[in-house]
Amino acid sequence: MSVQDYPIVSVRDLSKHYPLRSWWGGKASVFRAVEGVSFDIRPGETLGLVGESGSGKSTIGRAVTMLNPPTSGTIAFEGTDLAKLSAGAMRKMRARIQTVFQDPYAALNPRMSAGDYVAEAFKLHRRSMRGPERREAVAALFQRVGLDPRFMGRYPHQFSGGQRQRICIARAIALKPSFIVADEPIAALDVSIQAQVVNLLQDLQDEMGLSYLFISHDLRMVRYLCHRVAVLWRGRIVELAEVDALYADPRHPYTRRLLAAVPVPHPAEERARLAARDLAGHDQPPDGPLTEVAPGHWVAMPGGSAG
Amino acid sequence: MKKPLLVVRDLAVAFDTDGGAVHAVNGVSYTLHEGETLGIVGESGSGKSVHVLAMLGLIPRPPGRITGGQVLFEGRDLLALKERELRKIRGGAIGFVFQDPMSSLNPGMTVAAQIVEPLRIHLGLDARAARARARELLDLVRIPNAASRLDQYPHEFSGGQRQRVMIAIGLSCRPKLLIADEATTALDVTVQAEIVALVQELKRELGMAIIWITHDLGVVAGISDTVQVMYAGRILERGPVDDIFADPRNAYTLGLLRSLPDLSGGRAGRRRLHQIEGAPPDMRHLPPGDPFAPRNAFATPRCRTEMPPLAQAPGAAPGHLVAAWYDLPKLLAAEAAR
Repeated sequence: MSVQDYPIVSVRDLSKHYPLRSWWGGKASVFRAVEGVSFDIRPGETLGLVGESGSGKSTIGRAVTMLNPPTSGTIAFEGTDLAKLSAGAMRKMRARIQTVFQDPYAALNPRMSAGDYVAEAFKLHRRSMRGPERREAVAALFQRVGLDPRFMGRYPHQFSGGQRQRICIARAIALKPSFIVADEPIAALDVSIQAQVVNLLQDLQDEMGLSYLFISHDLRMVRYLCHRVAVLWRGRIVELAEVDALYADPRHPYTRRLLAAVPVPHPAEERARLAARDLAGHDQPPDGPLTEVAPGHWVAMPGGSAG
Repeated sequence: MKKPLLVVRDLAVAFDTDGGAVHAVNGVSYTLHEGETLGIVGESGSGKSVHVLAMLGLIPRPPGRITGGQVLFEGRDLLALKERELRKIRGGAIGFVFQDPMSSLNPGMTVAAQIVEPLRIHLGLDARAARARARELLDLVRIPNAASRLDQYPHEFSGGQRQRVMIAIGLSCRPKLLIADEATTALDVTVQAEIVALVQELKRELGMAIIWITHDLGVVAGISDTVQVMYAGRILERGPVDDIFADPRNAYTLGLLRSLPDLSGGRAGRRRLHQIEGAPPDMRHLPPGDPFAPRNAFATPRCRTEMPPLAQAPGAAPGHLVAAWYDLPKLLAAEAAR
């Protein structure tokens, strides 16, 4: 499925602030975890969200799914402003917007069998579905994500880390969503298992036309998997571009510093990179409104001028 | 050739659990020379962390048991030492840094107190000299305004700074060997880059040997002289870093290298990631023979019944050892010809 031009998700001016209580009744201030973030995600597209700890990546992921609604800004999903939905309408909408988290063990209920966990999606959203039909649907989902349906009665601790993530993915796709927020979905997995899960996510995207918001600190996997990438720094997007343009021609000093820090798994290249590395330049990167410096390539520059 | 610093012979470690014994380390042998950096690669259950904890006397006993082997550090068998004697080496001639600085640092002690302690124990410095040295160490690991931060507590430092403090403690007694177990894994990539550069610089200054345990093949590529690949408590391959990356002889090593995304060319030309099928084995019920055989498309019938010895790989660089009954270059040539 090709990447369409119109957005499935449209985020405008998203901010998330947390009040900071002061000690002796002084003036309370706010922590701006996310500030004025805007982006679109097209059908069938994977948008990567990168940045370091505290940059606001996960906050954005939880705001976009309304698990932790934003302080201000709008999130439109297939043209509907999520903030304007009634509780009931939002519940229906949740079937179309799903999340896969970093730690599948924490997401699963230790006392619920894997099959029941996946079936729960149908129990909540497809109430008319009967038991045998539900069982069949769950078995098909197990098959689809590469799990043996005979393991439906097993409990989370009886699975490996990679298998647990597959269970979470099975539940996420059960209701045929069109958008999945994947928040560090491979970070907790062994290297030999990461490729299995990334391939599965790609296959599902091809088959179902899914859109992903892929939140990750793994800059090599982001380069491999994503169509476009947004770089966050302290809650703001400092650069957003097509993946090839971003990695080949990073414009923002912070993006450059981030990409320059990624080790290369080739001994001679990596030794040369370590030897040549310039560790200076830890000044505050410039900040300012996003400016389009090339078609589809946006960079935050002071005064809006591209340096 | 430099002198051997650490000689590990046939180390074996097991943990007793309700479900039976977990054989975490199953006969690991290698030699580390003075000033050498050894990168150890492996996944959960590979034994990469447990075997260093065992040699430092840091596994809880019970349930842990060292079921065999020797660990000679400068000729003394660490496994035969009394805890009191081992403590003199640990944190002294052998410094170590583990993944989680928050759980390794004592939250109720100031940073100064934690750096000063090993200096007084191992180097016998008096309070004033130890404090001066602690300040130098924080400067060395580039904590800004070191003097004013000595009396702060761990929670007042950022994650990256706490890991630097751990490195300062690990290096405080000018160790001959630094063991870093996933020391940068939890850190941001820019902080990781700084710490890797720092350790490299200190290595040049102090001439210490390093065991760097990680799953990050990028970090391993840049800093290692020798790479050792572990799986299910065994060494499957070991050799000079360039040779391991260019000419892997074990199918597991090859699988790890192939599973890295190929980033040459643009997004449009991306190929599907190579994946290693299956999952790491259950360490309570290890398969007979080569533990990787059940996941290995190149496995021969012999792999399933008999563990191959770790031996010089034919035609590879000297010191490039592999445990495999199959001839990987030949199999790859046949695969390419098809």
